[in-house]
Amino acid sequence: MKDDSNARAYWSATLGLLTKVLVIWFVVSYGFGILFAGALNNISFGGAPLGFWFAQQGSIYVFIALIFWYAKKMGDIDRKFGMQED
Amino acid sequence: MDLQTLTYVVVGATFALYLGIAFWARAGSTSEFYVAGGGVHPITNGMATAADWMSAASFISMAGLISNMGYGGAVFLMGWTGGYVLLACLLAPYLRKFGKFTVPQFIGDRYYSQTARTVAVVCLLVASTTYIIGQMTGVGVTFSRFLGVSSETGIYIGQAIVFFYAVFGGMKGITYTQVAQYIVLILAYVVPAIFISLNLTGNFLPQLGLSSSLAGTDVSLLAKLDQVVTDLGFGKYTTTAAGSTLNMFFYTVSLMIGTAGLPHVIVRFFTVPKVSDARASAGWALVFIALLYTTAPAVGAMARLNLFGTVNTAVGIGSGADGQMVVKSDVVKANGDLFAAESSLKYEDRPEWMKRWEKTGLLKFTDKNGDGRIQFYNDATKNEVVKGKAEAAGWKGNELTVNADIIVLANPEIAKLPNWVIALVAAGGLAAALSTAAGLLMAISSAVSHDLIKGAINPNISEKNELLAGKISMAVAIVISGWLGLNPPSFAAGTVALAFGIAASTIFPAIMMGIFSKSINDKGASAGMLAGLFVTLFYVFAHKGIFFIKGTEFTDLIGGANSFFTITPEAFGTVGAIVNFAVAFIVSKMTKPVPAHIAELVESVRVPKGAGGAVAH
Repeated sequence: MKDDSNARAYWSATLGLLTKVLVIWFVVSYGFGILFAGALNNISFGGAPLGFWFAQQGSIYVFIALIFWYAKKMGDIDRKFGMQED
Repeated sequence: MDLQTLTYVVVGATFALYLGIAFWARAGSTSEFYVAGGGVHPITNGMATAADWMSAASFISMAGLISNMGYGGAVFLMGWTGGYVLLACLLAPYLRKFGKFTVPQFIGDRYYSQTARTVAVVCLLVASTTYIIGQMTGVGVTFSRFLGVSSETGIYIGQAIVFFYAVFGGMKGITYTQVAQYIVLILAYVVPAIFISLNLTGNFLPQLGLSSSLAGTDVSLLAKLDQVVTDLGFGKYTTTAAGSTLNMFFYTVSLMIGTAGLPHVIVRFFTVPKVSDARASAGWALVFIALLYTTAPAVGAMARLNLFGTVNTAVGIGSGADGQMVVKSDVVKANGDLFAAESSLKYEDRPEWMKRWEKTGLLKFTDKNGDGRIQFYNDATKNEVVKGKAEAAGWKGNELTVNADIIVLANPEIAKLPNWVIALVAAGGLAAALSTAAGLLMAISSAVSHDLIKGAINPNISEKNELLAGKISMAVAIVISGWLGLNPPSFAAGTVALAFGIAASTIFPAIMMGIFSKSINDKGASAGMLAGLFVTLFYVFAHKGIFFIKGTEFTDLIGGANSFFTITPEAFGTVGAIVNFAVAFIVSKMTKPVPAHIAELVESVRVPKGAGGAVAH
C-alpha cells in the first residue's frame, strides 16, 4: 500500500501547484484585464493605461512565464515522488 | 517589378516550398500519417503548433477587429493565448501519457463507451468544419485582392491547394511544412509592424511602440488615438469593452477553454517523445504564438491612426519625404480642427491602396454631402458636441466604410511600405489560412477513419482502406466548408470564435472531467457533451441561421438578440460548458458508478512514469 499513499501525495502536490498556476492565470487576465481594468486605467504604464496594457500585452507575457514555471515545478514534483519517466 | 507580378512570385515561391516539403516527407504507414512517429522535438513541435494554431482569424482578421473594437479586442488576445496555460497544465501531459492518438479515442476509452466516442466524433466534426469555414473566408479575401480574382475563385483555388498537401502529405509532411509556414507568416506579420512602429514612434519594437510617444512629440500614441476617435464620435480606444463586462468575461473564457478543447491542437501534444516534453511544448508554442499576439495590438492601434491620418490631414499623420506615413509633429502639437473643411481628404487625391480595395467591394465611399471630400466619422454617435460640430461643418453622414478583415492585408499599403512587404503579407495570410485548414482536416480525417469507421463500423478494416477513408473524409470536409465559406456567418475571426464555443462546450469538459474526476461515468459524459452541444448550437443558430444558412435565424424565439444576460453567440460556449459540467455530474450521480479498472486507468494517466511512445492501438 506504500505505492498508493505515494501516488496520493504526488497527486495532491500536483493539484497544489495547479491551484497556484490557475490563481495567477485568473488574476492577470480576468482580474487585471477585465474586472479591475477600469480602476487600473488610472495608472499609466509607459504611455498606456495599465488595465488596457494588461489586457492587450501583460497577460500574454505572464502566461508564457507561467507555463515554463509550471513545467519546471512539475519536473521537481515528478522527481521528488519518483514519478519521472524512465 | 510591379506589385501584381511581385505578389505572384512571392506567393508562388512559398507554395513551391510547402509542396516540396510535403512531397519530400510523404507519409508511409498509418501511424506516420497521423502523428509523425512520435519523434518531434518540443521546439519544432512548438513552431508547427503555432502555425497550426494561427489561422486566417489570427493573421488576417484579429488585428482588424482590435483596430475597430479597441480595448474590447483583448478578448481574442487573452482568449487565444490563455488557453495554452490550461492546455499545458490540465490536458496535454495527461493525454500524452494516455498514449493514444485521437481525442475521441481518449474519450471512448476513459468513458468505456463507443457511444461517448461517437458523440465526441460528432462534436469534433461540427467544431472543425465551422473553423474551416472561417479559413476559407480568409483565403477568399486574400486571393480576391492579391491575385485579382473573385472571392469565389479564391476559395476554389484554396480548396485545391489544401486538398493536395493535406491528402498526399499526411501529418509528417504537415509538421515540417508548418514550420516553414510559421516562418513565412511571422515574418509577414512582424516586418511591416516594425516599419510602421519605427515611422510612428521611432521605436522598432511594435510591442513598445504601442505605449510610446509619437515621434518628435511628447503625446503618447494611445492618447492621440483616444483623442482622435472620441473627437470623431467613436468610443474611446483604450476603454471601449466588447459588450457588457459579463460578455467580455464569458467571451474570453469560451476562447480559452475552446483552445484547450480543439482537437487539432491537442493532437500535437501526442507527437512529443515524453510527458515532460508535452508540458514544455505548450510553452514553446505560446512563445511563437505570442510573437504575433503581442504585435497585433500595435498593428491594430497604428493601423487605425494611419487610416484616420490618411483621410484627415488635421490628425498629423501623413506622407513623409519617401512617401511612407510618418508623424507630422507640428500638426500633432497644433492639434488642429478635424472638422475644418480642408482637413478632409479630397476623393480624387485618395491613395492607390484605396482604389485597389474599392475594386473588391470591401472598402466603399459615398459622397453624401457632395463636396468631393471623404468625411470619416461615427454618424451614429450620441455625443451632442460631435453631432453639432459635424452639422456645422456641413457633414451629412459617414462616407467611408472599411471591412475589418482587410485591415491587416491593407496595413502595409496604408503605411505605403515597399511592394515586397505587401507581397510578403499576402504570402503570410495564405500560409496562416492553409496551415490551419490542413491541421483541422487531419483531425477530421482521423476522427472519421479511426474513431468512426475502424472503432464502430468495421473494426477489421485494412490499414490501406483506413487511410483511404481518411482521405475521402478530408475531401468531403473541404467541399462542405468551401461551400459554406461562400456565405460565411461572420468575419473570419467571428466564425472561428463560434467554432471555439462549440469545442469549449463539448470536448473540453469531457476531457477535463476524464482526468480530474473518477466519478463521471459513460452516460454522464455522453449526456454532458450532447447537452453542451445542443444549447450552444441552439443559441448560435438562433443568431446566425440553422447550419449558418442565411434566412433561417430565429432570434425572436429566444426573445431577441443576445437575450441571455447580454451574452453574444460568440461568447456562449462558456454557458454551454457550464451546462455540460452540470449535466455530466447529475447524470453520473443517478447511474452506475465508474468500474474499478477505469478508476485505475485514471490513476495511471495522472503519473508520467511508464509512458511509452504514442501507440496505434
